[in-house]
Amino acid sequence: MPTAVKMVNIVKSFPGVLANKNVTLEVEKGEIHALLGENGAGKTTLMNILFGLSQPDSGEIFINDQRVSINSPTDAITHGIGMIHQHFMLIPVFTVTENITLGEHSPKEPLLDLETAKNKILEIGKSAGLHVNPDAKVMDLCVGEQQRVEIIKAIYRGANILIMDEPTSVLTPQETDELFVILHQLTEKGNTILFITHKLREVMAISDRVTVLRDGSLIGTVKTKDTNRNELAKMMVGREVFLTFDKNPTHKEEVVLDLQHVYAKNECGLHALKDVSLQVKGGEILGIAGVDGNGQNELAEVIMGLRPLDRGDILIKQRSVKLNTTRDIIDLGVSCIPFLRQKEGLVLTFSVSENLILKEWHNPPITRKGFFDTKAIIDLSKKLIKEYNIKTTGPNAKVGNMSGGNQQKVVLARELSRNPNLVVACHPTHGLDIGATEYVRQQLLKERERGAAVLLISTELDEIMALCDRIVVLFEGQIMGEVAGEKINVDDIGLMMLGVRQENLHHGTLAVAGCSSAETKRCNVTTTEKDTI
Amino acid sequence: MNNILSLFTEEFFYATIRMASPVILAATGEVFLQRSGIINLGMESMVIYGAFFGVLGSALTGSGWMGLAAAMLAGTITGLLYGFIVITLKANQSVTGTAFNIVGIGLTSFLARVIWGIRELPVQVDTIKPWSVPILNKIPFIGHILFDHSPLVYLAYILVGVATFVIFKTTWGLKVRAVGENPRAAASIGINVYAWRYFCAILAGCLASMGGAVLSLVDLNMFVDGMSGGRGYFALATVILGRWHPVGAAIGGLVFGAGNALQMRMQAFGVKIPSDLLLILPFVLAFLAVVIFHGKSSAKPAALAKPYEKEATI
Repeated sequence: MPTAVKMVNIVKSFPGVLANKNVTLEVEKGEIHALLGENGAGKTTLMNILFGLSQPDSGEIFINDQRVSINSPTDAITHGIGMIHQHFMLIPVFTVTENITLGEHSPKEPLLDLETAKNKILEIGKSAGLHVNPDAKVMDLCVGEQQRVEIIKAIYRGANILIMDEPTSVLTPQETDELFVILHQLTEKGNTILFITHKLREVMAISDRVTVLRDGSLIGTVKTKDTNRNELAKMMVGREVFLTFDKNPTHKEEVVLDLQHVYAKNECGLHALKDVSLQVKGGEILGIAGVDGNGQNELAEVIMGLRPLDRGDILIKQRSVKLNTTRDIIDLGVSCIPFLRQKEGLVLTFSVSENLILKEWHNPPITRKGFFDTKAIIDLSKKLIKEYNIKTTGPNAKVGNMSGGNQQKVVLARELSRNPNLVVACHPTHGLDIGATEYVRQQLLKERERGAAVLLISTELDEIMALCDRIVVLFEGQIMGEVAGEKINVDDIGLMMLGVRQENLHHGTLAVAGCSSAETKRCNVTTTEKDTI
Repeated sequence: MNNILSLFTEEFFYATIRMASPVILAATGEVFLQRSGIINLGMESMVIYGAFFGVLGSALTGSGWMGLAAAMLAGTITGLLYGFIVITLKANQSVTGTAFNIVGIGLTSFLARVIWGIRELPVQVDTIKPWSVPILNKIPFIGHILFDHSPLVYLAYILVGVATFVIFKTTWGLKVRAVGENPRAAASIGINVYAWRYFCAILAGCLASMGGAVLSLVDLNMFVDGMSGGRGYFALATVILGRWHPVGAAIGGLVFGAGNALQMRMQAFGVKIPSDLLLILPFVLAFLAVVIFHGKSSAKPAALAKPYEKEATI
């Protein structure tokens, strides 16, 4: 087999970090090659070098056995390399054709020639099984379709080596399956695919070979059919990891959180939550599954009293809290692990101890007679740092300088050490490496065993299925259905995430309501704009 | 009743076309700039620099056309400076623009006194003469209204068409819009975000100053303190009202021109309303238009007023 890409002894350092230490990567023509590693393992750095976004300190790159130097994305494109970024590089208000031709030389330069481009797009679509309407605006497309536009964009520019950065992170299981079919078709046509991921399941499902990176070093390249998930996890983390958890039975009686027909609006005044009713009991974890942007943020915010209720009621321990402030809700024993730990969960310029007391600062022993008790604060911080295994130089270290995993531990320490009755956990392991993820999940299970009610909002189906007692699927602010215990079927959850109601699941009527609402995303863009002008 | 109708004569429409042109020039440049993702609140300063340097250039060379060249140069430099501050230094655009305006009004008044001293009547200079379009200006009624203007006035309206074509029908326009919608995506396929934004900043400065030159070299033959009279702000409003479309902005400019022409004629006719009240007429019209069209701004560039930072590549 000829090699499509060969990167030899790549070294790349950033101030204070050696991101790639002598990494060698060899990719055969026509294969799907997975690049596996935890966050910060150096996968993205290596691919940015291949795509010309940054230059290596030393090392050589060969494309189709020719030595090349790639100094910019333009060089990379010339050598037939295309990159599909994790966050799509598309312009929502442009049509598919405009997005694909943008920056390309037009046959009628400087005039646009969208007709010729459109025909070429349809041709590529036909030959590679990538169906998309060239006249549609990107903002009206589903996430899966947008990804197809990105792939066509790369092929349109002559790419036959495609780098895909975490391509499934935004997809539902069905969309992921579709993508995998497309990828196989592409490789059959002689394209080569480099697939960056940290999900073991996907590596096993799609790749021909896997290269594993850890801490910037090459651990090894193996054939997928000669390995298994546990072995790959061990290569990735450097020790044995537990991919499954033992859940002990708990005593579930008291309803801690009770949402009754809750409606809430988003920033555009549209209903982000529509008639949401659910209950969480003490000693149970209820999972909220769904594609990001289907009302999960709003759900967490109404429970925490951060977003007004439009209709309905919320009861915490049988007490209505719809008129209460966030402070009252916190004092009822509600803890929250927020979506954006750096923006909502922590004050990055504060020290560890300051962040640890953010919720209890006004209570003794932290405050006495209106003044902080510094010694009590430091003692408490030291205790929590030890208990939650936070790696830091001490209570006075700035949280902003810590790693993502350690930052999340600070949030966990603050939220869970209060012995809460209810924990609202939003994407608690997002962006964390396997080790930290394992730790966070165990902490949530501990809370469950202690008798707390846990509401787990996550887009990672693996996580929800591993931890939850029951799962509720949210689509465009409505509950599509609920599944419990041992009867969980991934395909059913996936269909509900696409908008199929549970009662319609097995009627053979696949009336998919639509795709993840682009409208709401557009709304979020405009609201952030308001702040800046 | 008879009295009110008599305000709307041929002369009224002629004045509307003429008085709209500085606003339209400035707004056309601003459409480009905002489409590229930058809001220029400092247009008022660029208008007044154009008015001042136009007169200065004309005074030094004795030619109105050289005055125009000086105005355009001043606008180019101001646009470049504004670009440097908001693109390269990534300063807050609203604050920068406001500062530009304060400096612009003060600096031009100061320079006028330093150069020409304090006089009863400002220095009078050579102007850009009207040029009637042959034959066309003989068309009854509209001939005079449309075709008896200064070349700069024609240029303003021609540029509206050119700008529309460039923005929506060329690869350049597509790039400008891409840069204003999602600069990161544009950069990912090799478009130079900074270069395009600088280009638009310079274009906007240059066109706003041309608008200023219309005030001092076409409407008048002299520089008067603060003669920009809010036209820069007005152009900003018309861009938003006009949905970031050159034609929409031009219609906004015509509303301004009509309000202004009406106001002047009402004064001349001795309508018993204080003149200060009449002076705000165009702004009231603009305000009403903003209220009516509020909240339908889907054409707004998504990256407007957000500085672009190259991605950290770790």
